[in-house]
Amino acid sequence: MHKYEKIWLTFGTSALVIFLVILGISAVHQGHSPAASGIETINPEHVRDDARFKEPGLYESDTDEYDYELYFVASAFQYEPREVEIPKGSRVRIHVTTPDVIHGFEIAQTNVNMMVEPGLISKYTANFNKEGEFLIICNEYCGVGHTDMTSLIKVTGGEE
Amino acid sequence: MSVQNYTGNMIFDKNTIIDPKDGRLVLANMIWVIVALLIGGTAGLLQTLVRSGQFELPFGIGYYQLLTLHGVILALVLTFFFIMGFQTAAVSRVCGPLNKTERRLGWIGFWFMTVGTLMAAAMIATNQASVLYTFYAPLQAHGLFYVGLTLVVIGTWLTATSQIIRYQRWRSENKGQKSPLLAFMVAVNNVMWYVCTLGVASMTLFQFIPWSFGWIETINVKLTRTLFWYFGHALVYFWLLPAYMVWYVSIPKIVGIKGFSDKLARLSFVLFLFFSIPVGIHHQLVEPGIDAFWKGLQVILTFMVIVPSLITAFSLFATFETYGRKQGATGLLDWFKKLPWKDARFVLPFVGMLFFIPGGLGGIINASGQMNQLVHNTIWIVGHFHITVGAPVILTYFGAMMFLLPHITGKRISSSMNTMGLWLAYTWALGMGIMSMAMHIVGLKGAPRRSTFSEYGGHELAQEWISYQMMQAVGGVFLFIAIIIAVTLFVQLIMGPPSAEVEEFPVAKFLDEDVKNVGWIENWRLLVIITVFLVLIAYTMPISQIFTENIAGSKGYKFW
Ligand SMILES: [Cu+2]
Ligand SMILES: [Cu+2]
Repeated sequence: MHKYEKIWLTFGTSALVIFLVILGISAVHQGHSPAASGIETINPEHVRDDARFKEPGLYESDTDEYDYELYFVASAFQYEPREVEIPKGSRVRIHVTTPDVIHGFEIAQTNVNMMVEPGLISKYTANFNKEGEFLIICNEYCGVGHTDMTSLIKVTGGEE
Repeated sequence: MSVQNYTGNMIFDKNTIIDPKDGRLVLANMIWVIVALLIGGTAGLLQTLVRSGQFELPFGIGYYQLLTLHGVILALVLTFFFIMGFQTAAVSRVCGPLNKTERRLGWIGFWFMTVGTLMAAAMIATNQASVLYTFYAPLQAHGLFYVGLTLVVIGTWLTATSQIIRYQRWRSENKGQKSPLLAFMVAVNNVMWYVCTLGVASMTLFQFIPWSFGWIETINVKLTRTLFWYFGHALVYFWLLPAYMVWYVSIPKIVGIKGFSDKLARLSFVLFLFFSIPVGIHHQLVEPGIDAFWKGLQVILTFMVIVPSLITAFSLFATFETYGRKQGATGLLDWFKKLPWKDARFVLPFVGMLFFIPGGLGGIINASGQMNQLVHNTIWIVGHFHITVGAPVILTYFGAMMFLLPHITGKRISSSMNTMGLWLAYTWALGMGIMSMAMHIVGLKGAPRRSTFSEYGGHELAQEWISYQMMQAVGGVFLFIAIIIAVTLFVQLIMGPPSAEVEEFPVAKFLDEDVKNVGWIENWRLLVIITVFLVLIAYTMPISQIFTENIAGSKGYKFW
């Protein structure tokens, strides 16, 4: 092989290795696994019969790990709840599912962003440390009313 | 004169012209490319206008109907016809004319693709298939839409097979010889295509078609999505490899020097074959139903394509630098100025390559789990694939059409056509630059892809998005002007006055032309085994989990 070629490929391959190691460390060490990973099923025809999604909204968590559990139902073409208030500084586990087609669940300009698919529950844990009104939008095409799907998260005052 | 050797035989002679009968098959495919470009480009323009908020679609056309048309006709129809036409021309050029059976097979493939395209188009036109080009279940289009798409894929199999047969015939007629590089590349691309399209084909045949005609009641959404992306990422490389063929094989000839390394070129293609398929889950990083481990594994496999990409970049820059030095360039970057900036056959692909620098960086961001979550399904992604497939790939296709169209119709590129080609490159770059820049920025601000104009209840963030959407429309207008230039140019290249001296199909010789192949590089059994092995590693568990976890099936919905 050509000398420059060797240098170039060695450089490229080692950059690749370093990059993968960083990704790996941050995944294992900081517990970052991609949103919605894992398999938790639900019957899409009976979403509202399921205790968790009967009255979607914010509930205190039974576990020590999270302050709240937040349940959302995404359907054509709305999110339930339409608006939710979260005390600043809370650690919230979000659960979303759908009774019909595929939707998106994006809290705009945050890294809460995942797909919602019939038959499955998408989960992600987020810390709400910034006050403000956050817009939730559907970012996967679901039909004509796709852009009408919105909800609002109001992060307010906080306990302390 | 008979064809004996890869080196210095008549096949590689500059004056070799593709057999006119093969030329007609190539031309038929290219006409579809031109038609698709015009229709798909018009749809694209209208979409950017709608999304600016200043324009409404007439005649009851739906935004998502138009978006489906745009995606299907550009991402699938245009690219497939180009690839089939170009690759047929390529094997005919370097291996010699197709025989009757091979050519007939090529034509049968063409007609399958044509009928399939018309079927799918009819369903889109009558608003029975506004499901976008990814057609995610459980949105349910008319069954004929899926049948049409399946016929298109089957058509590509037939034409691709005719190319493979020609390549194999060359090998059996020239035992022990190194096969022509260009034909080897075509074979790699086609083998990759067979392996990845098995995914879509089985999913349309066993899921979408029976489900949409009501023969089965529910569809397995997770399975179809996973099979779609098993195909979907390799699709990107199926678009890209023909462009790489032009970069490796034609560009050095166009600038008048030898290619850098035949051996490296083959190596990079083989690596693309290995790492294009077992990586589709990087499009599914933020969805439920797949364990984090398998997402992570496929991300790692995805990053492996960095190696052949670097080989390609290295070879190209080595080519350009050699050229510049030959022209008397000194200093570190002087060669850049010496490049043939007046030759449209060079400028079109070269401008495309420049887009690949931000395009490749964006790709690395998208594929890394953590960063992906910020941009997933935002319009950043749309910006990304418009500066990858929408610039390097398509501009290289245009560059190839510059010489291919006159080559197969017995013409030459006139100087006015060459000038038009230059304008095409610059106008396209301007339009795409503006549009994709706006998309990248507003995508980081959260604006979603695949969405019509909306104020989202007047939320202030959504207000901020609108000015960028105006910018996208400005880019869209320039792109449309470029498309008009392109279509006019291509028609002229086909219809121009005949010439005694026909435009060449540039095929370069390589510095290591006479060096023997590395033994395993053309051992197809080995290559296929490795490819399939990697696919099995990456996909066996994620797919079996879909079945063992008993995810409920979905009935169909028509929400448009
Ligand atoms: Cu939706
Ligand atoms: Cu991909």
